[in-house]
Amino acid sequence: MFRRIIILLAGLAAMSGPAWSQQGADPVLIRAAVLRVDNPGLPPISRLELPTEDLGFAGARLAIEDNDTTGRFMGQDFEAVEVTATSDTAAAEMDKLLADGIQFVVVLADDATTLALADQTGDRALILNAQARGDNLRGADCRFNTVHVAPSHAMMADALAQFLVWKQWQDWFLIKGSHPQDQDLAQAFQRAATKFGAKIVEERLYEDTGGARRTDSGHVQVQKQMPVFTQRAPEHDVLIAADEADIFAAYLPYQTWDPRPVAGSAGLVPRSWHPAMEAWGATQFQNRFEKLAGRNMREADYQTWLALRMLGEAATRSQSADPAVLKDFILSDRFEVAGFKGQKLTVRDWDHQLRQPILLTTGLLMASVSPQDQFLHQTSALDTLGIDRPETECSF
Amino acid sequence: MTLPVARHALILTLCLAATPVLANRVFVTNEKGNDVTVIDSETLEVIGSFPAGNRPRGITISPDGKELYVCASDDDLVRVFDPETMQETHTLPSGPDPELFVLHPSGNPLYIANEDDNLVTVVDTETRQVLAEIPVGVEPEGMGVSPDGKFVINTSETTNMAHFIDTETYEIVANVLVDSRPRFAQYNDAGTKLYVTSEIGGTVSVIDPATQTITTKIGFDIPGVLPEAIQPVGARVTSDGKTVFVALGPANRVAVVDGETDEVIDYLLVGQRVWQLGFSPDQKYLFTTNGNSNDVSVIDVAAREVIKSIPVGQQPWGVVVAPN
Repeated sequence: MFRRIIILLAGLAAMSGPAWSQQGADPVLIRAAVLRVDNPGLPPISRLELPTEDLGFAGARLAIEDNDTTGRFMGQDFEAVEVTATSDTAAAEMDKLLADGIQFVVVLADDATTLALADQTGDRALILNAQARGDNLRGADCRFNTVHVAPSHAMMADALAQFLVWKQWQDWFLIKGSHPQDQDLAQAFQRAATKFGAKIVEERLYEDTGGARRTDSGHVQVQKQMPVFTQRAPEHDVLIAADEADIFAAYLPYQTWDPRPVAGSAGLVPRSWHPAMEAWGATQFQNRFEKLAGRNMREADYQTWLALRMLGEAATRSQSADPAVLKDFILSDRFEVAGFKGQKLTVRDWDHQLRQPILLTTGLLMASVSPQDQFLHQTSALDTLGIDRPETECSF
Repeated sequence: MTLPVARHALILTLCLAATPVLANRVFVTNEKGNDVTVIDSETLEVIGSFPAGNRPRGITISPDGKELYVCASDDDLVRVFDPETMQETHTLPSGPDPELFVLHPSGNPLYIANEDDNLVTVVDTETRQVLAEIPVGVEPEGMGVSPDGKFVINTSETTNMAHFIDTETYEIVANVLVDSRPRFAQYNDAGTKLYVTSEIGGTVSVIDPATQTITTKIGFDIPGVLPEAIQPVGARVTSDGKTVFVALGPANRVAVVDGETDEVIDYLLVGQRVWQLGFSPDQKYLFTTNGNSNDVSVIDVAAREVIKSIPVGQQPWGVVVAPN
């Protein structure tokens, strides 16, 4: 390692810098923060999805490594402060970050907290939303200071709908949970069905009545309850679960009354990332992450990595470390970033949503990627996913 | 795994006896098949295949045609084969995850991009020793060398730069920022132009090596093909410098570019997800690896026509043609 550093320093000294000028010997520091808001709640249905201490932060660490490697050639150094909070302490933690002069904050929080933090921040920082999927955050409640790196419910639902319609599985039996976020996701599926010509033959509510889920006899209950719950549905091709709260969807596959595939919150699941994804150079990216974190990459890690890479890419392209310049650049039509999805990712100017392909995943694999080729768009195929310019409710 | 390997060897032995002596052999790495397919450059028929380690990608051959080098990416080394017998003779240290490499015009040393480790490793092909490890940007991939052997170019896919490395001092002397995910660097034979392809950016940067600045950016526009599908990867320049061929990935086309005006002249339809290109020594043919259709397209260079597609192994990646 020591030898490598020496070679590098020698390289820097000899660098004439034809394309830009070095700003003195010391690299310029570009500071950011990752604020993760954890709320107490039930553990996930599957213990394979238990949250890790470093969830999201591991993605940030990889992004900072990547940015710094490039930064060495640019005279730029990157830093991301890692902060955890609860919804009660999030505002105070944000105040501290703002008081510290940090102007880029990656937020991993639910919809309501993300919105509250954006309003609290105002024009003092750019919020990079790396978790919240609510369509309202990109619609009626949109904020100019927020860029949505995480895909929206509408994008996820459209991605799945395109695939199902391509399969000619057009009759959907929609089961939604009783939590508000389940309702949002269910609405996105309703919208997607209308948009792509599918039909929801019945919408059924799965009431969360509490109770033991992961007890030692849980599977016995599940095997009895799920068939009963799903019986007497009209003829359908596929069962769609809208269970953002993670209460029941994972129990549905193979337990339905009718032998039908499950999609949505279980079965065929739309995701921003999957650890088995190998296309578009992703293998090396997965390798780098696993070497650093000692585990597979999850969506929160990918989205946090991408948020901080956006900052790094803006700094490289604009050849600036000035936060105002970087903010303007990220929100300009010149901005694009590569995210191992086979095409450049850009920001929609009408709601600040990052355009991106969505992976359709089964348990161990990626089954498909949307947008599907058959769905055309006059400007970008990626705009067939989510809320397009003419239908946006956002006005900054 | 022993059975398929034994079968490969047998097929190859049987076929080799019937091969005319004058034809050149075309070697194609199959990234998922873990083998190399051998094609006869005259008959354009497959004459056999041989196992080449785990995830073979970059492939090149010594100027005298005596050593065939394969980046066995998942084995973290370079495997060296005798191109006549297809037997592995030895391995070279490569650093982790070697993807692409380039030989010094003299045939030694070998400059290897280590994709997982942000390094370029320099290896002496005779002593088999690592001469240097040069830190570069994130995900180094493309490797080019100037015709006079004075500079090696590495492109880093996530840093988005072409790094000019002095082959005497192993130091980076210049960095040129290009469009997203630069995959390949190729000089013309005169050394007056350096072409760097950008897969996600969708462009080819034409760089003046003397000033290390971009003089032109070549863009591509194919009717009926989405702009996102146009992803430049491999590039080759005819020895007179007049024609540049650029593989456009999932656009399933090879672009023909005028080497003097930097204008796109034509697009040739080839197999699916075309990545790397290799000329026959007389530059009569250009071979393309098509990773999704598992075949190689053969382009008649003078006529600028695709004349044949040849099924090879699983996910063909790189191609090189023996010089003799």
